[in-house]
Amino acid sequence: MRGDRLNALLLILPATAFLLLWFVVPLCRLLALAFTGEAGGFESLWTLLSSNVYQRVLGNTMIVAVIVTLLTLVLAWPVAYVLTRLKGIGFMLMLYGVLFPFWISVLVRTFSWMLLLERNGPINRFLMGLGVTDQPLALLFNETGVLIGMTHVLLPYAVLPLFSAMNRIDRRLLQASDGLGAAPLDTFRRVYLPLSLPGLFGGGTFVFLLCLGFFITPALLGGANAMTLSMLISSFVTDRLAWSLAAAGSIILLAIVLVLMGLAMRLLPLDKGMFAK
Amino acid sequence: MSGIGLPLRFDGATKRYDEMVALQPTDLSVEAGEFLTLLGPSGSGKTTLLNLIAGYAEPSGGSLWIGSRDVTRLAARHRNIGMVFQSYALFPHMTVAENVGYGLAVRRLPGAEIARRVEAALQLVELAGYGARPIQNLSGGQQQRVALARALVIEPDVLLMDEPLGALDRQLRRNVQLELRRLHEEHRRTTLYVTHDQEEALILSDRVAVMRNGRIEQIGKVADLYANPANSFVASFIGESNLLDAKLVSQEAGRALLEVPALRQQVAAPSPSPLASGQAVRLLIRPEHLFLDDAGPVQATVTEVVYLGELTALRLQLPAGEQLWLRQLTGRTVARGATIRVNWQDEHLRVVPEAR
Repeated sequence: MRGDRLNALLLILPATAFLLLWFVVPLCRLLALAFTGEAGGFESLWTLLSSNVYQRVLGNTMIVAVIVTLLTLVLAWPVAYVLTRLKGIGFMLMLYGVLFPFWISVLVRTFSWMLLLERNGPINRFLMGLGVTDQPLALLFNETGVLIGMTHVLLPYAVLPLFSAMNRIDRRLLQASDGLGAAPLDTFRRVYLPLSLPGLFGGGTFVFLLCLGFFITPALLGGANAMTLSMLISSFVTDRLAWSLAAAGSIILLAIVLVLMGLAMRLLPLDKGMFAK
Repeated sequence: MSGIGLPLRFDGATKRYDEMVALQPTDLSVEAGEFLTLLGPSGSGKTTLLNLIAGYAEPSGGSLWIGSRDVTRLAARHRNIGMVFQSYALFPHMTVAENVGYGLAVRRLPGAEIARRVEAALQLVELAGYGARPIQNLSGGQQQRVALARALVIEPDVLLMDEPLGALDRQLRRNVQLELRRLHEEHRRTTLYVTHDQEEALILSDRVAVMRNGRIEQIGKVADLYANPANSFVASFIGESNLLDAKLVSQEAGRALLEVPALRQQVAAPSPSPLASGQAVRLLIRPEHLFLDDAGPVQATVTEVVYLGELTALRLQLPAGEQLWLRQLTGRTVARGATIRVNWQDEHLRVVPEAR
């Protein structure tokens, strides 16, 4: 037993040392910067929290994260379900269809959306061709563009946990429900949906957290009209060289994430494997 | 004596998956209140037959009747059948009571009636007071009883059980078998029970259907199957058996004269079913029908002595090379390596056709 633990320690040592040295230490230094304001340790935090701009950006970030999370879950659920029902070549094609975007840089995908969503881009021309609208819709450099782009980029992160949860649902449970006289809708509502909830919550938490810190896509598709927290932090550093404010912003974001995670853990016993046998 | 539940009938029902035949065209009648066991090795079509009745698979041909209703194309949820799965298939996110009451809840019965019937069902399987527990906290035996209660509470016309005791240890199995028999004797609900354990079949059933390769090889009371197996497969699957190669010499009025090389003689043995000339046959001698006799016609060497409590089994090597098992009451000790002579009564022998 002792030998095993020693081996395990040795095996994780390089990665741990690397992370400590190049990630944890700089992170601590950055966070320490938040408390180095000229007028006392908490100046930067107060400045931020009392600023209208900051509050608006924080609210906007939250709203975008919630909407994107809901959109991805709604879109991912049927995809994951169909994945569980496919076999052989159909399954492979669809799975790689879901995974394929991972192989293309987020930057490239976001630029593609810029081309698609342009004033005179294919989407607007298509909608106008159909007669849905007379004037080009403003799809870019606002919330709409951010929502579309982020939903697209984050969709696989919702599909995969959902697929894995659904795939673990024993087909015989559905047969049992059927045999006990349940209509298909009852089987779905009483058996299938509750058993897929761990995947729904897992995927949802994942997407939500990624949303909060997402930078490239909102920066390119939303621009200054749809500021998110990560964009604000970046502008503190690059435009104003206000390291202390950037650090304070990071701390607040981190605190929000930790509180939300704590609540999620409390409400949903995901770590206990919820419905494990 | 008919019981609760309805009779069941297969009219040439068959099931094919692509070119694989899971169930040959089958005729089968089960009376109301009867307990029929489907016995056979894995892949013999037992579970397919059960799935056809439950409605989890649709026959490729033929028809299926429950009572006076043709259910061949009827969806599972309209059949009113109780099924106990091998894995129990209990809903992991529900309590014991929610599991048992599921079939009633989806029938939109009032809550008070559901609670009453669930409690009665739990009492029946001796789990009264367990209703509020989560499924995960139960032992395998308790889960098995919850699965049974869930199947019984909807008062099914037919109860199906697919190797329900497979996951239990031996001692517990025996208890549950006796329990199932008591339940059946009290309530007499039409039951089909799948197992590959012949002892279980003996304990539980009114009748047994022995299955192989998607076909019912023989169906009847266990004692009949044991005494007069339809072929060498049934003979070897029910009980212990010695099956010797034999050549049919002649037959008349339920008896056949056989040339048996292993015994180096001709034997006249009862032959319950008439045999076609040229039919490949085997001679069946049950181990308990062989006995030691110094004046016996066959000499053999004892190669193994197995003490089984009240019985002792001897493995014998015949001069021609074949092995025979003999079982006798423990008492007279026989040493390994001893040369002995064995005898039998012709009445106890059976001629059985070679199973195709």
